Amino acid sequence: MPEPLTDTTLAPGTQASVTEVTAAKDPSKGSGPGKPRSLWGDAWFELRHRPLFWVSAVLLVLLLAIAAFPGLFTDAHPRDGDLTNHFLTKPQLSHFFQADWFGYDGQGRSIYARVIYGTRASILVGVGVTAAVTIFGGLLGMLAGYFGGWIDSIISRIVDIFFGLPFLLGSMVILNAFAERKVYVVIAALAFLGWTTIARVMRSSVITAKQADYVTAARALGAGTNRILFRHVLPNALAPTIVVATIALGAYISAEATLSYLGLGLADPTISWGIDISDAKDAIRDNPHVMLFPAGMLSLTVFAFITLGDAVRDALDPKLR
Amino acid sequence: MTTIEKTADDAVREGAGDDGTPLLEVRDLHVEFHTRDGVAKAVNGVNYSVRAGETLAVLGESGSGKSVTAQAIMGILDMPPGRIPQGQILFRGEDMLTMAGEERRKIRGRKIAMIFQDALSALNPVLSVGYQLGEMFRVHEGLSKKDAKAKAIELMDRVRIPAAKERVSDYPHQFSGGMRQRIMIAMAMALEPDLIIADEPTTALDVTVQAQVMDLLAELQREYHMGLILITHDLGVVADVADKIAVMYAGRIVETAPVHELYKRPAHPYTRGLLDSIPRLDRKGQELYAIKGLPPNLLKTPSGCAFNPRCPKAEDICRTDVPALVQVTEQDGTELPGRGSACHFWKETIHG
Amino acid sequence: MGRYVARRLLQMIPVFIGTTLLIFLMVHVLPGDPIRAMWGEKAADPAQVASLRHEFGLDQPLWKQYIDYMADLFQGDFGKTFGGRPVSEEMGMAFPVTLRLAAVALTIEIIVGIGLGAWAGLRAGKAVDTGVLVFTLIVISMPVFVLGYLAQFLFADELGWLPPNVQDSMNLQQLLLPGFVLAMLSMAYVARLTRTTFAENLRADYMRTALAKGLPRRRIIGVHLLRNSLIPVITFLGTDVGALVGGAVVTEGIFNVQGVGNLLFKALGQREGSTIVGVVTVFVLVILLINLLVDLLYAVLDPRIRYA
Repeated sequence: MPEPLTDTTLAPGTQASVTEVTAAKDPSKGSGPGKPRSLWGDAWFELRHRPLFWVSAVLLVLLLAIAAFPGLFTDAHPRDGDLTNHFLTKPQLSHFFQADWFGYDGQGRSIYARVIYGTRASILVGVGVTAAVTIFGGLLGMLAGYFGGWIDSIISRIVDIFFGLPFLLGSMVILNAFAERKVYVVIAALAFLGWTTIARVMRSSVITAKQADYVTAARALGAGTNRILFRHVLPNALAPTIVVATIALGAYISAEATLSYLGLGLADPTISWGIDISDAKDAIRDNPHVMLFPAGMLSLTVFAFITLGDAVRDALDPKLR
Repeated sequence: MTTIEKTADDAVREGAGDDGTPLLEVRDLHVEFHTRDGVAKAVNGVNYSVRAGETLAVLGESGSGKSVTAQAIMGILDMPPGRIPQGQILFRGEDMLTMAGEERRKIRGRKIAMIFQDALSALNPVLSVGYQLGEMFRVHEGLSKKDAKAKAIELMDRVRIPAAKERVSDYPHQFSGGMRQRIMIAMAMALEPDLIIADEPTTALDVTVQAQVMDLLAELQREYHMGLILITHDLGVVADVADKIAVMYAGRIVETAPVHELYKRPAHPYTRGLLDSIPRLDRKGQELYAIKGLPPNLLKTPSGCAFNPRCPKAEDICRTDVPALVQVTEQDGTELPGRGSACHFWKETIHG
Repeated sequence: MGRYVARRLLQMIPVFIGTTLLIFLMVHVLPGDPIRAMWGEKAADPAQVASLRHEFGLDQPLWKQYIDYMADLFQGDFGKTFGGRPVSEEMGMAFPVTLRLAAVALTIEIIVGIGLGAWAGLRAGKAVDTGVLVFTLIVISMPVFVLGYLAQFLFADELGWLPPNVQDSMNLQQLLLPGFVLAMLSMAYVARLTRTTFAENLRADYMRTALAKGLPRRRIIGVHLLRNSLIPVITFLGTDVGALVGGAVVTEGIFNVQGVGNLLFKALGQREGSTIVGVVTVFVLVILLINLLVDLLYAVLDPRIRYA
């Protein structure tokens, strides 16, 4: 168990300035004796005052709810098409939460229902890839950063090799080989190529944390490798990794949609925004709504994740304040 | 009782002497910073003046407002969050705070120059020192790139940087700390300004190099007959070079005095505390004195005298009334020229 | 300097071999038989399949295939397509097109990205800053294909300002729209990075010194701030080539640009290994060389970097 993130472990920079010259110019940091703030405490203070943070947080909660319980949000069925009655019907924007709210697509299916039911695949891919790369890339990055030497050399060279391969291009090649592309296949393919980013971030932040004075102090006091790694280095190296992972999550969702759009990602019967956008491209001139809603929903989801990660990063980075 | 005592302004202005207007005069300067935790009052009514050829040392702890005052004079305060709600900064009798930006810019560097504490971060890391020195001539005097470079080499020779010609194209990180500070000094001296503000010019240096740099600064000042404001927290640096001292605490001047008198007979408990906390050989073996407590939080300075929570002599009046900077006199009432103290009990402190 | 370049070039060799091996394995080990796939749903003649397999060397052990491939590669031979044309010939037609598209994109990226970022960074915390931040977040959130259709719909179909498709890749006006779409994502990142470094460096001590020297604002920003702030931006531009390449596949599809992206996409559809490996190999080489170039440029901009 990592210990609670107190300011002694996390805020070497923010504490030291109590009596420094900066106290006069910038009392926001360590303004006076008696009320030091921790890094996370400070970050939370910053976050609470950011409208973008709240926008993204609310969006995310909503999206997660839709992904978990799509049936709560619509009665319409996403796969039932009625070509005779509903072929390319325009949206009825006043019919809130009705099947025809966003209109019907070229196969007479409710676009609203498809948008709702498509959420799960995107969120699953995003969360799945992020979890996989964070565990795998994070572990390798930590090992490389902490132990250095030949372990670092080997891991770094492997990272270089994978990094040389453009992410989208590589996943196209991999997924092209699979006839049946289920969600877990897409997750595996994206994670296989995506772990290097996290590994690099983790490696450099572990190296930074390792060189911090409090780690030297802990070592001087006789702390063992495990203790130093898990109680001192890891908690401090985690912040940048979490931020990058959150932003990457949005990028993975975007990548999945792009691949599905190219016909190389998820395939029917899975419901995915990317597939719907791909299907819609021939109809766009006369019926832009067929593309507008899945594309809008997709962008909104990516926006929520990227904005959240972004807000957290800004809040964690005292340099930007 | 207060009626016979002169106000702070009078005490300071008298110290400025009688040969016309001083080079620089700061009058009742206030600076505050607006932060998310509230308004930090960094400078609360500072008055001081410098004549040509004179060295004023401004002494104080971190956060006493000494650097902020200097930045306000220089016009390089970050505004916002900084704000100057009140006060005047007169350069040759003209208030710089009311000047147009362009007018003020022309004074910066040419008439008033500044030397910063940490030359490594104060010099631009990606430009050669020759470029940075030559820039002064190119911008203020319109010299060509080639002439400016020749001038830069001259300057580097002037501050005794060995092999100036070969090193003019080097970058700041390629010089030692002492050499970098010489480059800072050269940059400030470039256009032979009337006034130089040196903000802790030797704090970041080794002790052996400190003396060399201070000597160089003092020598150049004499040569060009410049005014010098020396900002420091180091009483040792001050004694050799300064003519007069202003001690700052929590954004106010708490004591002013000609340099040697201050050392002999401090008139403020804070100054006394500072002097007592210097390690001395003749007191070897005794415990070193330290002023108890921490500098005040500028967001909520203590009521009354800001020093009262740390003062060994504090009484009730110190917690309620802000003491004004008053003329210090001998016991028989003769005025001590240039001396002022902002303590309710200055008499006890200086004579007791 | 010369030694540093030589050492970096030597270091590139294992990475190049590793990456090409990776792509080679990805194409050949993963399930799916390209020769069999030529017949689609129809039944294939086993003899014909075997002879084709032999012709393309697919009956050899994998390690031998790779070594043969690399040996040919060093003589400039990228193998043949299923149609019998040399892959190098196909790529020779497609690469200049993509290069032109990328150049247009990169120009837009640099000019608009740095411009927007500098604008926001100099007014950090003000409305302009927030506006640019939200704009970049929206751009980053939109996948390239959404952006592409949106731009095509808006600027070509509705407004009619620019042609919707690229018939002639030498025509700059036709490349403008796809170049713009391809640039958008990276442009947003460049803008954000520039904004951050600008805002950060504005508070640097040397900026205060520059102000104290009495330099005009133009010079403080144009010389002292810009030189320091461009360093991370240039590094980013170098590492971003990969993303540009990925985006090109989608963009070229939408705007019918006959570039490498299209070539690759067609090859993927036919599972034509030689073209896929060839295109990706050239990309990897380009990316590695650009990274080297950026490293060298980095040292020109930042004298603190020493070649050791």
